[in-house]
Amino acid sequence: MKTIKASYALIIYFLLYLPIGILIIYSFNASKYSTEWKGFTLDWYDKLLQNDSLIEAAMNSLTIALFSSLIATAIGTLGAVALYRYTFYGKKFLQSMIYILIVSPEIVMGISLLMLFAATTLPLGFWTLLIAHITLCVPFVIVTVATRLAGFDKSIIEAAKDLGAEEFTTFYAIILPNILPAVIAGFLLSFTLSLDDVIISFFVTGPSYEILPIKIYSMVRLGVKPEINALCTIMFVFTIIVVLLSQFLLKERQK
Amino acid sequence: MLNNSLSRFAIVSIGIIFVWIVLFAFLPQLLVFIASFLTKGSQQMIEFEGNLENYTRLADPIYLKIFWDSFVLALITALLCLVIAYPFAAILARTSVQWRPILLILIIIPFWTSSLVRTYALIAIIKTKGLLNALLLWLGIISAPLELMYTETAVFIGMVYTLLPFMILPLFASIEKIDPRLLEAAGDLGAGFWNKLVKITIPLTMPGIIAGFMLVFLPALGMFYIPDLLGGAKNLIIGSFIRNQFLTFRDWPFGSAASMLLTFLMLALVAVYYRSQKVVESKDSA
Repeated sequence: MKTIKASYALIIYFLLYLPIGILIIYSFNASKYSTEWKGFTLDWYDKLLQNDSLIEAAMNSLTIALFSSLIATAIGTLGAVALYRYTFYGKKFLQSMIYILIVSPEIVMGISLLMLFAATTLPLGFWTLLIAHITLCVPFVIVTVATRLAGFDKSIIEAAKDLGAEEFTTFYAIILPNILPAVIAGFLLSFTLSLDDVIISFFVTGPSYEILPIKIYSMVRLGVKPEINALCTIMFVFTIIVVLLSQFLLKERQK
Repeated sequence: MLNNSLSRFAIVSIGIIFVWIVLFAFLPQLLVFIASFLTKGSQQMIEFEGNLENYTRLADPIYLKIFWDSFVLALITALLCLVIAYPFAAILARTSVQWRPILLILIIIPFWTSSLVRTYALIAIIKTKGLLNALLLWLGIISAPLELMYTETAVFIGMVYTLLPFMILPLFASIEKIDPRLLEAAGDLGAGFWNKLVKITIPLTMPGIIAGFMLVFLPALGMFYIPDLLGGAKNLIIGSFIRNQFLTFRDWPFGSAASMLLTFLMLALVAVYYRSQKVVESKDSA
């Protein structure tokens, strides 16, 4: 029974990593079309570096991901703390909207934002993508931070108030350091959500600002190119490094 | 909107989130709602002629079939994920405590890479001259390559692969919480594997099962790129249908009506989910 269990778990893990492993191996494969191994090469990485539009799309994606996750983290953190600390008219409405945004299929948000941008005649490009990605990420930041706040001792806030701390000081000096791991987690979640988003971006992107998922989507439909393997390998290694680094930083903080 | 007693800091932090959500979530959705009652214009995108025509058009069997097919696709995807993930989550929940965080991170790491890229990698595996066929032919299990690409099987493989962790994580969380003494006690009283599973483990993990089900079912309902890439877009599903109305046929009002219907379906499901969670909770406390 024990070996059956262990092998079942191992098979699932193997299958989860198989596609990524294959990609990485193919990115070093000299053969362009066949699945056969024709020897080690770095040609595809070289080709990738010469493919300016692909590099540009990757840089655009990183830019959008960085800005949208930073802004979403700021808005979401302030929002989560406000929802936790204050009662105000429209709080129920706000909470329901956040909940609905999380469970809605992405396509619903995509077309509704497309409609808004069309109505305001905002040209599709950097700004529309940024707004859309922030809107996508904010609810997830709020939920992540709210989970941490749920375990927060409210009497500390009371104590700070009694000692004469202003609202902002209380937030900055008392609340923020306590919820920092959740804020960082929310930021990382936002970053990956933004970097990975296909569906919403599909609707709000314009020819002036191409991002990677949309670029890859159009490339895959036209045919497979080994440069994509190389690019994906680089991105995978990059995400692993970011993840490990953040885990390491979080551990350091907890000490 | 605000209480008078709130400080400036409170007003600013409430104000930002409130304005953002109203401007970029509520207002757009309201526009879709309004557009769903309007008509496609010959010159302009939308003509201001209100009626219910878009909804009556959706009642056509052709369109109802699209909704039905998508529903079935999402349902089967969720069920497949449940069947595959449940034993896996149960095994994980019974590993030693020190290993669990690492084992969980290992599930999440693949999902930090682009889902599009992973779908693309799946193509390399299941295509006719792909790895899977090469392996099966080499092992002598099959004599001719399987034609998996552009079939329903390929779509299910892609959907399950992409959405599996959303099932594993809530299941793991709920199975982990079960007191092992309950199962021991049941065992001492003569309950076998199936009895313990059906009478103890599954009822106690119902919230996790339902949560995982929703987390897989809802994204699956609106997905379009996986069925497009792996299924060759042979069977139209809601996601592709709405996309086509917006980007190909430029019939925004009709697409809006379809999106509204999808939203209502989703809200109905979430309402059912809430009720079921309440029932489970009240049973717990009873």
